[in-house]
Amino acid sequence: MRSDERRPEEGRVENSAETIPIRTGADVSRVRRSVAAAMAVIGASRIETTRMVTAASELARNTLDYGGGGEVLIAVVGRMTRRKVELVFTDHGPGISDMSKALTDGYSTGGGLGLGLSGARRLCKEFEIRSVPGEGTVVKVASWTERP
Amino acid sequence: MTHFLEPNRIPIFQIGDCLLLTIQVDLEDRMIMTLKDDLAERIAKTHAKGVLIDISALDVVDSFIGRMLANISAIARILDAATVIVGMRPAVAITLVELGMSLQGVRTALDVDRGMELIRRESSEEAERLHEV
Repeated sequence: MRSDERRPEEGRVENSAETIPIRTGADVSRVRRSVAAAMAVIGASRIETTRMVTAASELARNTLDYGGGGEVLIAVVGRMTRRKVELVFTDHGPGISDMSKALTDGYSTGGGLGLGLSGARRLCKEFEIRSVPGEGTVVKVASWTERP
Repeated sequence: MTHFLEPNRIPIFQIGDCLLLTIQVDLEDRMIMTLKDDLAERIAKTHAKGVLIDISALDVVDSFIGRMLANISAIARILDAATVIVGMRPAVAITLVELGMSLQGVRTALDVDRGMELIRRESSEEAERLHEV
């Protein structure tokens, strides 16, 4: 569930990677800044950057509020023109027992609006989630630029 | 009550019967909580008719900040003040809608001037209505 998927795949070039712990609200701000910097590295447009940073902010807050804290790996991966920004949020919280409900707009077990997961899924180009109740949750998202 | 310019506090300025605050920093949760308290107190103290929140410097508005803006707007409404969010960046507007937040019940204007105009118009309309009654 954890360490394996962080290893870069064959034929891919790991351009840069950074792990940020998510323990406080200030860390959520840090995540936003680092994701914005990573999107700048791949030459993303303003709207592409805004979407990805917003998604990262939602997911980091979920990690903090529902996962009891955790970390995110921010990586720029891929070759020259096919580079993308990949984020892996990991927590060891209670996990998600009903995934389809958790991915529904407006559903929340906390005090939120229930837009975090479903919203982040709409804002990213790739979205993958795995959760084991009692063990934790891993959310992996990626985005790239359509700019020539 | 004195308001010092603290790094963790967003200053609130009074212009006529409007309160203006500019959110320029990457908001941290603690600052949002402080802001709600400060603003509610200032509205009650100054009898402000409007609150202008300038978010032109924010490059990201997530659901947490969106909810904060909606909350502030609701608090102000109960204290008889209208809130107008001004200066939202186009990319932020697009992202908010895609995120699923349409900020219903929150007034917006493109800049501070237009926001101020909106508040003036509304409070004079309200005065007229009261006059008619």
